[in-house]
Amino acid sequence: MMANLAAVVGIGQTKYTTKRHDVSIAGLVREAAVNALEDAQLSWDDIDAVIIGKAPDMFEGVVMPEIYLADALGCNGKPMLRVHTAGSVGGSTALVAASHVQSGSFRRVLTVAYEKQSESNAMWALSTPQPFSTHLNAGAGGYFAPIIREYMRRSGAPYDAGIKVAVKDRLHGARNPLAHLQKPDITMKEVEESFMLWDPIRFLEACPSSDGACAMVIADEGLAEQAPRPPAWIRGVAMRSEPTMYAGRDEVNPQAGRDCAGDVYRQAGISDPRRDLDCAEVYVPFSWYEPMWLENLGFAPEGEGWKLTMDGATSLDEGGDIPWNPSGGVLCSNPIGASGMIRFAEAARQVRGDAGDHQVEGARLALGHAYGGGAQFFAMWVVGADKG
Amino acid sequence: MSERQDPVTGIEAPIYLKYNFTAGAAPARFLSQIRKGVLTGQRCPRCEQVYIPPRGSCAACGVATEEEVVLSDKATVESFTIVSIPIPGNPIQPPYIVANLVADGANISFIHLMSECVNEEVHIGQRVQAVWKPEEEWDYAMDNIRYFKPIDEPDVPVESIGTLPVSGWEG
Amino acid sequence: MTDIAIVAYHQSKAVSDVGACNEVELIMPVLTEVYRQLGIANAQDVDFVCSGSCDYLQGAAFAFVAGVDALGAVPPIRESHVEMDAAWALYESMLKIRMGHAESALIYGFGKSSPGELPIVLSQQLDPYYLAPLWLDSISLAAMQARILLDAGRISERDMAEVVSRSRRNALANPNAQLAGDISADDVLAEETYVSPLRRADCAPVSDGASAMIICTVEKAREWGVPYALITGIDHRMETHNLGMRDLTDSRSTRLAAEGAGVGAGKVDVAELYAPFSHQELILIRALGLGDETSVNPSGGVLAGNLMMASGLSRIGEVFNRIIAGEAERGIAHATSGPCLQHNLVTVVEKA
Repeated sequence: MMANLAAVVGIGQTKYTTKRHDVSIAGLVREAAVNALEDAQLSWDDIDAVIIGKAPDMFEGVVMPEIYLADALGCNGKPMLRVHTAGSVGGSTALVAASHVQSGSFRRVLTVAYEKQSESNAMWALSTPQPFSTHLNAGAGGYFAPIIREYMRRSGAPYDAGIKVAVKDRLHGARNPLAHLQKPDITMKEVEESFMLWDPIRFLEACPSSDGACAMVIADEGLAEQAPRPPAWIRGVAMRSEPTMYAGRDEVNPQAGRDCAGDVYRQAGISDPRRDLDCAEVYVPFSWYEPMWLENLGFAPEGEGWKLTMDGATSLDEGGDIPWNPSGGVLCSNPIGASGMIRFAEAARQVRGDAGDHQVEGARLALGHAYGGGAQFFAMWVVGADKG
Repeated sequence: MSERQDPVTGIEAPIYLKYNFTAGAAPARFLSQIRKGVLTGQRCPRCEQVYIPPRGSCAACGVATEEEVVLSDKATVESFTIVSIPIPGNPIQPPYIVANLVADGANISFIHLMSECVNEEVHIGQRVQAVWKPEEEWDYAMDNIRYFKPIDEPDVPVESIGTLPVSGWEG
Repeated sequence: MTDIAIVAYHQSKAVSDVGACNEVELIMPVLTEVYRQLGIANAQDVDFVCSGSCDYLQGAAFAFVAGVDALGAVPPIRESHVEMDAAWALYESMLKIRMGHAESALIYGFGKSSPGELPIVLSQQLDPYYLAPLWLDSISLAAMQARILLDAGRISERDMAEVVSRSRRNALANPNAQLAGDISADDVLAEETYVSPLRRADCAPVSDGASAMIICTVEKAREWGVPYALITGIDHRMETHNLGMRDLTDSRSTRLAAEGAGVGAGKVDVAELYAPFSHQELILIRALGLGDETSVNPSGGVLAGNLMMASGLSRIGEVFNRIIAGEAERGIAHATSGPCLQHNLVTVVEKA
């Protein structure tokens, strides 16, 4: 049995910023949703179901917030589903939304993901002191820094590969008016001299903490064909999970990520991702994750991801053949629960050809990627300008 | 005529919730041992890997870990980071080293502090040993170990980290 | 729409405090039991896994991540999670099967409500600017709803007491029930009120536990060679969060979901309703159009034990059990979320 065709027909985002003082949580998600509806030239009545995602409820202190957000998202009388798969949730939410249409159960759905980090303290929520355990969890960076160190040891990558990514993604972000960090004049020296937070992660090699929301309208083939803007056809969808810790787990190059990529490529008919894809929006919250994921996702052989980075292959500004994160990525904007969906939506923008100044010229096929937990939950999709 | 007022941009609404936290049956057995100054792991009946701290199951196999194994308080550095920012609610002053350590006899790393070392000289494969708090301060907590410090033993090759027997490392 | 088969189901005993058990220790035994029913080894033998849980019950972010440790997810598996009752995890899993990306799915829900103060925790589901700071707990809101029903003459306190009495008596035959007993409506009415007009017995107890289910295509069910029942309809609907805008004496979203699921297309032999308060069962019976021919909550329902995040899935499982036991041919299961029945899911289960 084949999944029904589905496509993204509307995309809406908010401006990403440290604190959105001017809107409530409901106002934030509604802003993204209204933008997506306007992009699709639709109204609330055209939506059959709403699928919402965000990272842990403790980030804002609202328990099961879909209950409170039902009104802001026009859900009265409609089905509404809340997805939570840690940091990958924005991606997973888009996939669950797509499955509403791909299963033939719904014709057109709205999906939204958000985080309003300014309403609480994410670092606290990630490190709630629990009795009995050592209280050493210094946020996500403290967890991922040793894994990055192991990657550097294994691959022999030059010390400045991470610095290069930090600069590259900020230059990309300077082309994207929605990006939180706007650093058009950033230099390698500036990144290198920035404060070392969790060695080897420097301040400018880490993502910011943002408020923001992202929304998409996903429709079936018939409705997508009538859509006013070019649809982004969903050509492959995949999710994989593995445990946080088990003996012999490869934390640097997790099997769940490799398997997930293999699955989504198979569906989209991709045999060589670097050649077959035109660009990728990949969840890179710490700069070193670009070379690591280049290998994990099969864009480079193991141990050689950093070479693509250093050669400028992933850079729009250097005319690279496979731009990664033309939007500026998570290194420029990180409303955690939305970050995955932003990757998926930005991939869709690329193949619709409406990515503005960060458009990859002639993009026809793009990857959206999200990961979460201890790099153990993965969600990916491939979208194309053609049905395939 | 109404007076212009600044818009309300936020309200304080603190949330206090009280929980009676329980560690779990398998972690409780581990904590009872560390209360006595003994590090223990639990072995998976299927794949035979030894977990520390045990969390109730072998995550790879999805089965309960019943058999308890006494481990050494010597360990190997699997990886580490030098942290330059304080942890919320923790008195440790930066910079300090947080390391993934594998105790001899275990197959999986746990997170702990390293000290009595030159931060710049810490490296993957380095041998370390627990520095315990005075016995009268021991509680049901990993904090009974104040930190790990380097010991004068040869480095463990990367491919052998996580496979050492409880008897230790001969070099 | 393709019919989907339920092939295995198990629920732990509902207990007021499961003690030292952590999430993974709570989940493993129910998974082991559904694997045993099918003769499979672990989650590697199904195509998709989806769970339902809520971090705030235990008070730690990412409670569901520990759940993955119970699955044997090496090599990696296709897995997802909803921060909702596991009945919605079942919904997500059905979409996965219907889109052809899975033939079978394992669904589980778990909740350890005993560590916190559940009605207070649930107060933080409310609008965070206007309502949550008032700490309006779930029992008080339900009590206001009951008051409206009583004052409108829609129900009497005796009607509510009879719901409780039937629950306790039915639960005598349910080995997993937390509260059971040969109690009459008069016995209930003799109790003092707790949060007026509710008596303690009108409110579901706080329980710890988990439940799990395996669903699949009909072809896969035949291949497994076990008795199965069919999910022939499912739908869920949300309502406004603004209680002042809702008719609290009715459940409009349940009516819509029942219509979408096709409840009216045949006789309903059994109904398992997720009514955490006695008066809500009466609202639901009316919204679902159930009559005397329907046996309501033969398990005792959630008044006999309420596994937060699993009770909705358990309702479906209880109907499955009745059908497999030959006690019913067609039944409906209901799940709810939010204050005063804000969000409702209805499933129709039929004999294969």
